[in-house]
Amino acid sequence: MTAEPLIETRDLVKTYPVGGGDLIALDRVSLRVAAGEFAGIVGPSGSGKTTFLNIVGSLDTPTRGSARVLGERVETLGHRRAAALRNRHIGFIFQTFNLLPVYTVFENVEFPLLLLGLPAAERRRRVMAALERVGLADRARSRPDQLSGGQSQRVAISRAVVKDPALVLADEPTANLDAANSHQVLHTMVRLNRELGTTFLFSTHDEKVIGYLRRRITLVDGAVAADEVVTPTHGENGEAAP
Amino acid sequence: MLLRLSWRNLMGAGLRTWLNAFVLSLAFLLIITAQGLLHGMNEQAAQALVAVSIGGGQYWHPAYDPYDPLALEDARGPLPAALQERVARGEAVAVLAVPGGIYPAGRMKPVVLKGIDPAQDLLDLPAAALDTAVAEIPLLIGARMARSSGLAVGDRVTLQWRDAGGTFDARDGLVVAVMRTPVQGVDQGQVWLPLDSLRAMTALPGAATHVTLARGTSALAGDAASTWRWRSTDDLLADVRELVRAKTAGSLFVYALLLFLAMLAVFDTQVFSIFRRQRELGTLIALGMTRRQVLGLFTLEGSLHGVLALALAVAWGTPLLAWFARRGWTLPRNTDDYGFAIGDTLYPVFGPDLLLGTALVVLGLTAFVSWLPTRRIARLQPTAALRGRAL
Repeated sequence: MTAEPLIETRDLVKTYPVGGGDLIALDRVSLRVAAGEFAGIVGPSGSGKTTFLNIVGSLDTPTRGSARVLGERVETLGHRRAAALRNRHIGFIFQTFNLLPVYTVFENVEFPLLLLGLPAAERRRRVMAALERVGLADRARSRPDQLSGGQSQRVAISRAVVKDPALVLADEPTANLDAANSHQVLHTMVRLNRELGTTFLFSTHDEKVIGYLRRRITLVDGAVAADEVVTPTHGENGEAAP
Repeated sequence: MLLRLSWRNLMGAGLRTWLNAFVLSLAFLLIITAQGLLHGMNEQAAQALVAVSIGGGQYWHPAYDPYDPLALEDARGPLPAALQERVARGEAVAVLAVPGGIYPAGRMKPVVLKGIDPAQDLLDLPAAALDTAVAEIPLLIGARMARSSGLAVGDRVTLQWRDAGGTFDARDGLVVAVMRTPVQGVDQGQVWLPLDSLRAMTALPGAATHVTLARGTSALAGDAASTWRWRSTDDLLADVRELVRAKTAGSLFVYALLLFLAMLAVFDTQVFSIFRRQRELGTLIALGMTRRQVLGLFTLEGSLHGVLALALAVAWGTPLLAWFARRGWTLPRNTDDYGFAIGDTLYPVFGPDLLLGTALVVLGLTAFVSWLPTRRIARLQPTAALRGRAL
């Protein structure tokens, strides 16, 4: 781990008003995630995994406690600075892919670069490189509705990594994929983590994903029940690790 | 980027987009058509009045009041010398108006007897028809007058009037011509006869009630017209313009209704679009768009309906409006009741101010109703949007 962690949360609490009381989604979560990690927040539904990812991704703010991401305190970020943090440094991968339906594959991947205001030639170079990494350069002109689930998620991965973010947050990335596609997608992410040094943080309860993780943080009822460095049971090629 | 994305989204919505754009273009064209007709009505009425009646302005006898028939008895007198000179040079035409009556089919009908020089060519009246040698007094009447009194060319009718001394007198007149004119004011209740004849009949030599100057001539300087009152073309057209303004104001309700219906369609589409695309909204925010950018995107998307509508309106409206402007609208007979001097056919006028003004109103309103529902985006919780439960 480096001296300055990529993510550092201290006594992170998130509650939601439900009925007359508060539902505790996160209960004093203190974690540090270093650059280059391939880690996952695991746990049953409702354990606070997605809430944690949302706060780290500056899409949400904590009720109490602090979350420092890439040196920025999420709880004090305004909308504009939070948007800039996401735009420059954080890539998102969603369970339902969330590709923009009216854009081609190329344009979907290009979108974060447009927000960054990069020139057209630079955007084209980066997009094609990102698509080549996931093996979809030949589908650049396709539309999302012409892709399979696995291909869609690989486009989403391309979109997440095209701006060379420090952090990629993947929320249940294999929930809508079959086993073969899940392994292909996970294999791609492992390779990108190794080649680009991008930090991947997952939220998952999928055993297939868990098999690829090098660090497993278990949340139960919003609290950290276990935080362990593990040996992946699956390798980069989607095969069982020796 | 926002423009490209909103354009793609708009096209992606397919039929819904085109239906909205069509409805909006229909409203746009209906507004332009109706406004063009009113503009045309205004212009035609003004042109007809200038050509037939008011020319380049009028001098009125001090007692003359066109809205007071009783004043007509006194509204006549000798022309000031300066006006007399203008008339002699053919730069003005004098009209003597005398209250009187005619007896078509034995019934009395009050009229205004108007004397005009048959040789005049300043006003678009077929006064030359009065220059004929007949035993009776030659008479020129308008088609409306002919209809209402049952008179036709060749009919004899008894005229009755009071002379300068107040003595009643009567003679037979012969209808030598019936004119079709868009201006009711020179037709209904009017009987035209040679000015010299009327002066002789009333023992009012050299008298007139009003004098119309030729178009393009200037009013007399100083007090050359003595006590005669100057009425410029603008003064004389004020009533017509006021009437058109009143009709325009009355038609605003219809335009507002049309626009409201069209805007309702755009608003509805926006609300539906924002509700249905919550995940997309959340994704855009997650990718790094600010809420303001997302709000701008959706507003722009809605506003593009207006742009599309304008394009559609240009595509199918231009030939239609051009054809309509050429062919005009053949008016039913009862449009005489409108109080306008329009003519048989009303030609709409689609000026650049009308087209540009209406386009700006449509675009502005479309942008406004597109923005209204997007205000909710400013309060949007992106995490809820990503789950599709933000709104």
